Amino acid sequence: MQLLVILPILFPLVGLLINAFFGKHMSEGLIGGLASSMVGLSFLVSAWLLFTSGGGPGIVDLSIPWIKVGTLDVPFGFLIDQLSLTMMLIVTGVGGLIHIYSIGYMHGDPRFQRFFVYMNLFIASMLVLVMADSFLLMFVGWELVGLCSYLLIGFWFSNIHNAEAGRKAFVVNRIGDVGFILGILLIFVTFGTLTFPDVFAKVQAMNAVNAPVVVAITLLLFVGATGKSAQIPLFVWLPDAMAGPTPVSALIHAATMVTAGIYMMTRAHVLYVAAPDTQTVVALVGALTAFLAGSVALTQFDIKKVLAYSTISQLGFMVAAAGMGAYVSSVFHLATHAFFKALLFLAAGSVIHGMEHLSKGEEESERSGAPGPHKAPAPAHSGEHTVDPQDMRNMGGLRTRMPLTFVVYCIGGLALAGMPPFAGFWSKDEIVSAALARNPLVFGLLAISAIFTAFYIGRQLVMVFFGKPRSEEAAHAVESGSAMTVPLVFLAVFATIAGILNLPGLDSLSHWLVPVVGQAAEALPFNIGVATLFTVLALVMLYGAWALYRSAYVKAGDADPLTRLGGLYTFLLRAWFVDWFFQNVIVKLFYAGSTFLARVLDIGGIDGTVNGVGIMVRDVSASLRKVQTGLVRSYGLMMLLGVVLVVAYFVLSASMR
Amino acid sequence: MLSVIIFLPLVGAVLVALLPRSATAAMRIAALVFSLATFALSVALLIGFNNAQSGYQYVESVDWIKTYGIGYKLGMDGISIWLVMLTTVIFPIAILSSTEAIRDRQKEYYALVLLMETATLGVFLALDMFLFYVFWEFALVPMYFIIGMWGGEKRIYATMKFFVYTMAGSLLMLLAILYVGFSGGTFDLTALVAKNSAWAASVPLFLAFAIAFVIKVPLFPFHSWLPDAHTEAPTPGSVILAAVLLKMGAYGLIRFNLALFPEASRLFAPLMMILAVIGILYGAIVAFAQTDAKRLVAYSSVSHMGYIVLGIFSMNALGLQGALLQMVNHGISTGGLFLIVGYLYERRHTREMARFGGIWGKMPLYGTLALLFVLSSVGLPALNGFVGEFVILQGAFQANWVWAAFASLGMILSAVYLLTFYQKIFLGESRDTANDGLRDVNTREVVTVVPLLVLALVIGLYSLPFFSAMGASVTNLLTVAGLAVK
Repeated sequence: MQLLVILPILFPLVGLLINAFFGKHMSEGLIGGLASSMVGLSFLVSAWLLFTSGGGPGIVDLSIPWIKVGTLDVPFGFLIDQLSLTMMLIVTGVGGLIHIYSIGYMHGDPRFQRFFVYMNLFIASMLVLVMADSFLLMFVGWELVGLCSYLLIGFWFSNIHNAEAGRKAFVVNRIGDVGFILGILLIFVTFGTLTFPDVFAKVQAMNAVNAPVVVAITLLLFVGATGKSAQIPLFVWLPDAMAGPTPVSALIHAATMVTAGIYMMTRAHVLYVAAPDTQTVVALVGALTAFLAGSVALTQFDIKKVLAYSTISQLGFMVAAAGMGAYVSSVFHLATHAFFKALLFLAAGSVIHGMEHLSKGEEESERSGAPGPHKAPAPAHSGEHTVDPQDMRNMGGLRTRMPLTFVVYCIGGLALAGMPPFAGFWSKDEIVSAALARNPLVFGLLAISAIFTAFYIGRQLVMVFFGKPRSEEAAHAVESGSAMTVPLVFLAVFATIAGILNLPGLDSLSHWLVPVVGQAAEALPFNIGVATLFTVLALVMLYGAWALYRSAYVKAGDADPLTRLGGLYTFLLRAWFVDWFFQNVIVKLFYAGSTFLARVLDIGGIDGTVNGVGIMVRDVSASLRKVQTGLVRSYGLMMLLGVVLVVAYFVLSASMR
Repeated sequence: MLSVIIFLPLVGAVLVALLPRSATAAMRIAALVFSLATFALSVALLIGFNNAQSGYQYVESVDWIKTYGIGYKLGMDGISIWLVMLTTVIFPIAILSSTEAIRDRQKEYYALVLLMETATLGVFLALDMFLFYVFWEFALVPMYFIIGMWGGEKRIYATMKFFVYTMAGSLLMLLAILYVGFSGGTFDLTALVAKNSAWAASVPLFLAFAIAFVIKVPLFPFHSWLPDAHTEAPTPGSVILAAVLLKMGAYGLIRFNLALFPEASRLFAPLMMILAVIGILYGAIVAFAQTDAKRLVAYSSVSHMGYIVLGIFSMNALGLQGALLQMVNHGISTGGLFLIVGYLYERRHTREMARFGGIWGKMPLYGTLALLFVLSSVGLPALNGFVGEFVILQGAFQANWVWAAFASLGMILSAVYLLTFYQKIFLGESRDTANDGLRDVNTREVVTVVPLLVLALVIGLYSLPFFSAMGASVTNLLTVAGLAVK
């Protein structure tokens, strides 16, 4: 039983080790097949655990101490319950599909082997994150997924912009991680343990509301969540993270890793529920993030940037739900979002492939499932094309060229916009209903964000798929091969039906998660009024986008209709200048401070003083003794000689007595 | 047993000195064999070590200068065991890395390196203050020559600074040792600690010892000799300097300052912690501004050694044990980074990061090895650095959460400067045609660094044996000194 539980982690580890050490001698099919099947095996074991354990809860302590110093005792222990099983299934399920998709997408890349090593490492790390039974072990997964993110964003590192984006992601996440670590330090000092059940029991035993130490702990942990789950103000790394290969964007930067913050807060809900003040902060930050990112998504032109800001916005919905104590709805939205956003990203990848066909098509004969455009070190997304294949202004009319991609994109888009009966409708509705009942300000922000959502995805669908092609690339785009389209179809099915996970009346997910998060965290009853209102609003916005963009772009250089907003448009296009502020104020201050310390204070001040003292001593002694030999090192040797003489004196004088 | 370990390298040094000048291969092999034999003996010590025993083990004691109570006394406990192991691991690695770096006067070189191993082992194993001092000074001389004879362009300046600066501190320590020894009637460290006498002059004595040790560590603002020494030293010299010699200072702070002057330690702990935190942040920020890869690693040392001092002066079990483990970790990761930078220097004869770029594409295995050392140094969980840093921070948090909070910012800064370092050299496109056709690491170069990476992974995933060997001694030290055991 014990071994079985860690099998999901072990499979991808075995896969990555084999691929890392022997991949050089293996074919692409073997490498990709091995990596994918290892994730598939992890999925099967997770599913088996689901059916046999009935959800646990079960602590599996491997009795292997990891850190054991004094009273600090952190073993390799895993917690298998309804919540971790849910996450395990999402991670390995969506992860497995994206692995398969990647076999086609990465075909021909010289570093194909390395890509799958990183992907398997990511799955293993993410599973450590969601299966850990203590805050510290969770932090191990937390940072390791950050490492994978760093490696995969900068996967095509020959282009310095990709490398830069990876580094930015790691550093910004580290800022959050320091909050997380301080939270852990405070937990241990306060409760003397880091294991989830023990910490939670002690918090409940405190039986206090808003105890300062619990508020501090939860806020510090939340700082970690703002990094990993891209909330205000640390969201700035996620749009840049789109520099990575598109499957990475789908898996890590949309479906799984970025939801870690939501998972963490749900896991630690006992702490959060005991700190309503923190909860208010969490809900507001989430709602504001949803609003900010949703507004920015309205104006973006890069097909992946729109989805990136959309992801930030949707994460804001989940964070806001967690902040309102609506943990079930939060996890529900996490699950449906994993499907439909992974779908959208992969479909966007398919579009980008189609767009790249013209420039790469001559070198590469058409093969089923083998688009093969990635010839590092000239990565597809490096901006080396004359026509940017990710710029929606260059697209248009792709629905006839790429019919399957168009259909699945529409499904993903409708799910995102919250149209019934697609998955996103049910989960978003739960969150909005909870906000209506609990916090009017959060409700207002989320409502506007939901309206934005329908508009920006409508705008994207129109710009990409409707009208006439606005570039040669778009005019000659071709549908992707089956290795890519089959996972798309699977994800489209889930994006359509995943609502049944927690359909009103059935409430399967609610009942399933109650043992972990408690009755209070269950979804509210279905609110037909809210559902109708938001469906109508979404329809209106989708129509509005259609009406506004249907004929707005005739050629790529046309002005966007939203430019009529003037300064506000620029404000949104530049993402509220948050990143600008970081780059131009904080980063520049750091550069200046660093240069000052290194060039002025260290060399001039500190070292200058040391050398000054040295020179002074030398000059004084030289003038006193007039034995200057001109060789600086003789002074050192004379000092050593002095020491030897002192020692000799003691030895001799002692022996003479 | 301990004497054998200490003097085995010296025997090797004599042997190397007796070899004919042309037999350079024999010198390399002899040096390697003797250092490996020393390592093997230390492993035997480790196996025979009793974790439950808090006092010294393998004690050897012979009268030396009886009149003054000076003896030849050696012993090993949980505080010194991993430093001894670190030393015996690092020296063969440094010797193995000398093949390319040291081309001339190999006889003198290998003899000096082995002599230095004897001296450093002596420092960690001596239980008599006078004997300690003798070893301490003898560790200085070979390094003086190694930098001065096999170093870079500004080697004379750098080695003089290194020598005079540390010597100045050492003289203060000598005075303090003589004072303590004469007024205490013995130079036997265990006897002095057991007496637990409240020294009237404990504050000046504490300072005299502390100044010698913090210069060696080095603690901000006494660090300015380090970047020059590291930059000018040949690669193996930097490895030994960073991995072993700096540890002598941190070890001394525990062995002398904490154990002999607990009251003064408590008095100065806030100051030491503040300087440690400043050092962590300052070293990291200054490292970021460097253009020379080796200087960058040198300043990263200042930052990382700050954590160790922070742990020591947290004066609790977590802080001390974290500091002791971090000494080993720093030896692994910084030693490794110096080796990595050395490989590139041997190929290109420059360390200016602006001259590189895209090296990972040209030297894939080398790039991967370098990345692993960078991650170890960054403190990524599942590797060694994280365990040490976390335990230190936990200890520091117990002592004073404000300083721990500031120190934790070092986690961000280390990611900033180390990933920048990695990016400048390894990512992007090559900025110099001289980088074309660089050959990837060869077998010897891989074999040199792999032991360090294995250790990094083992400590990162299974730190239990490391902590359990030091636990009893640390608890004992804190108890005898009357410091709080949390």
